[in-house]
Amino acid sequence: MDHFPTNWGRPRNELYDQYNTFPLHQRPTNHTDTFTDGVQRTQQPIVTGTSVLAIQYKDGVMMAADNLASYGSLARFRDITRLHAVGTSTIVGASGDMSDFQYLQRVLDEIVTDEFTAGDGNSLGPAEVHEFLARRMYARRSKMNPLWNALLVGGIQNGKRFLAFVDLLGTTYSASSLATGYGAHIALPILRQDVDPNPDAITEEAAREILRKCMRVLYYRDARSLDKYQIATVTSAGVSISEAQKLDTNWDFAEKIRGYGSQTQ
Amino acid sequence: MFRNTYDSDNVVFSPQGRLHQVEYASEAVKQGSAVVGLRSKTHSILLALKRSLGELAAYQQKMYRIDDHVGIGIAGLTSDARVLSNFMRQQAMGSRMQFNRPIPVNRLVSSIADKAQVNTQEYGRRPYGVGFLVIGQDKNGPHLYEFSPSGNSYEYYAMSIGARSQSAKTYLEKHYESFIDCSLEDLIRHGLHALRETLQQDKELTISNTTIGIVGPAGAHEKDVPPEGGFRILENEPIQVYLSRMQPKRAPEEPAAAEQTGAANEPEEGATHGSTADEDVQMGE
Amino acid sequence: MPDGSYERPQQRQFNPYSENGGTILAIAGADFSVIAGDTRQSEGYSIQTRYAPKVFRLTERAVLAVNGFAADGNMFVKKVKQRLEWYRHAHAKDMPLRAIARLIQTMLYAQRFFPYYVYNILGGIEEDGTGAVYSFDPVGSYEREACRAAGAAQSLVQPFLDNQIYFKNQTPAPGASHPTHLPLPDVLSIVIDSFTSATERHIEVGDGLEIYVVLAKGRSTQELASIGGLQELSTRAEGDRMFVIRRDLKKD
Repeated sequence: MDHFPTNWGRPRNELYDQYNTFPLHQRPTNHTDTFTDGVQRTQQPIVTGTSVLAIQYKDGVMMAADNLASYGSLARFRDITRLHAVGTSTIVGASGDMSDFQYLQRVLDEIVTDEFTAGDGNSLGPAEVHEFLARRMYARRSKMNPLWNALLVGGIQNGKRFLAFVDLLGTTYSASSLATGYGAHIALPILRQDVDPNPDAITEEAAREILRKCMRVLYYRDARSLDKYQIATVTSAGVSISEAQKLDTNWDFAEKIRGYGSQTQ
Repeated sequence: MFRNTYDSDNVVFSPQGRLHQVEYASEAVKQGSAVVGLRSKTHSILLALKRSLGELAAYQQKMYRIDDHVGIGIAGLTSDARVLSNFMRQQAMGSRMQFNRPIPVNRLVSSIADKAQVNTQEYGRRPYGVGFLVIGQDKNGPHLYEFSPSGNSYEYYAMSIGARSQSAKTYLEKHYESFIDCSLEDLIRHGLHALRETLQQDKELTISNTTIGIVGPAGAHEKDVPPEGGFRILENEPIQVYLSRMQPKRAPEEPAAAEQTGAANEPEEGATHGSTADEDVQMGE
Repeated sequence: MPDGSYERPQQRQFNPYSENGGTILAIAGADFSVIAGDTRQSEGYSIQTRYAPKVFRLTERAVLAVNGFAADGNMFVKKVKQRLEWYRHAHAKDMPLRAIARLIQTMLYAQRFFPYYVYNILGGIEEDGTGAVYSFDPVGSYEREACRAAGAAQSLVQPFLDNQIYFKNQTPAPGASHPTHLPLPDVLSIVIDSFTSATERHIEVGDGLEIYVVLAKGRSTQELASIGGLQELSTRAEGDRMFVIRRDLKKD
């Protein structure tokens, strides 16, 4: 319990601190839990997004995520964008809890705005955004109140590609191909095979094709995925997030499947 | 004795629209020994004159390292400088912790300027009695800033603060156009010449009373400077080489003449402190 | 519920820790210290990345290897580095190795009830010019040793070191005795062998190897001349020298 009435927010501060005894610049701007002794914390994700995939290629970084936000096994929201541009050279893709991700989107937009309003020509690149997210995620896990996400951060900084991962524990790493969630098991081996030998040899079209291939494999195997997805690219020209596109899939093989349920032959 | 009260706190303007407490704080800066700062395309440097309380005392520290890429030279109350430099170090480390990036120099200077501003407006506070010259480098190259107790900060090609800094300023104004293309060695020589102007008649720059701070690539006489060329302080023996390359002192009448012409070119300092038309203040005895 | 399973509230707790595999190792010589770690980072059976450094340069003469929960490890190294920077501000010199060791114990113990889930090994050169290794447990117990392995393959590597460095279970030839300190080339061979062997037998070890070598002031660098993948990290021409050797380990 905070015993400084001036910190309670409304009713108006003046009622409790008529003579301004509390120095202006020390006054905290927001208190969220003044009257709350018991606080609710995230114990599990509720509305979730599945895998995010990303690779480095010749001109930069490419990232893909489908448009589904699930409520358990229910395909609840089918038009959700899980790729978020931060400034002009960074893309963040999120799996895990979508409300936590939306909170992070707001925070990221705020720091981009702050950076812009400083008006001194400095801006945040992907490395700074990733470090910032890693510190935030780690701080929240340390309060036992995690932001339930696994995030990929990609972009271009000083002409160099950047791609890194951060999750709800604050664990970080970077590599030339990354995937979160189910994708780390199913798509990442394919991505590594195609990308790791030489990312510089992959053209934009080839990169797009690699991601499409992996999104299709995921759609066949991941029950929480959708055949509608978006691709984001970051090059020296900037960030672009594509319109939602449909996966072409072929379920003909399903007819021939035998050997379970009532179809014994 | 009558003494009007417009200077007794910092929340009341004088009828002339001035904040006397803030101006007095600027006077404290002038009590400190001089610091000179110069900038070229590749380097920013600081030169300071250290004072010692007497034969038995050590020389007062005039420069502080803030981060790999930033350092400051101070004039005024050393204790206030310690508080502010500590704050700057915290800001610099905060930036490295949160974004893993060296803090942009202008933001660092603005952050202490904002702190100083609070002290010029809130009741029961006093302005800082210290001024800084801040040098640093970031992606836009080397920088030189001045910070003053009034809460202002400006960027300069060359600047000096502290006791008799006007003489140094006169020198800098005469030569600043050549600084931008100077080598580090020439820049230091100019700095030492400017700093020498602030000395009393019978004093000399020596290796014990002079400090040099540098950001930028290693100079011809430096060794063990990391490739990024971060902030370093030169004192004692290593600065002998620079002192011995100085031109001998000019004839005594010349600097005096220069001092007069220089004073006219200082609107900021002249307007705030130099004026004798200050009628609503009589300083107590 | 008839079976009474909901009578008491069920608690599912968020687990703030993970374990990211890998192994670290350090050996002290008479006037040098070698600190090494593999670069694989994993979680369960997944390799997260093949290059995530676990060994970090702290000062001109101190190197810290961190193993366990990677997020804690990175944060801990970052905090140690900032504490060392404050020391540099206050004293205008680098913190001596034994002081860094005590600092690390204090910082670890400060988190006694929510520990950094990391095993630290600190290596470098002491003020008296001797090579040193300090090893820590997650809550700060520490001691100075001649060698130490930690992490996933500790149980494979430490017995090997006990045998090769401490000469455990070896009887010297009659009239001879075991040396107290091994020469640098022998130590480097032992380090490399330790990691290639650990890579063979432990799934969480592999991909890459980073070996930091700190040489006391004035010591010859001759023995390093023929080593491949060597890079010097020292910023001062005189004083202690620091090198890093990067090698590949098997990636399977």
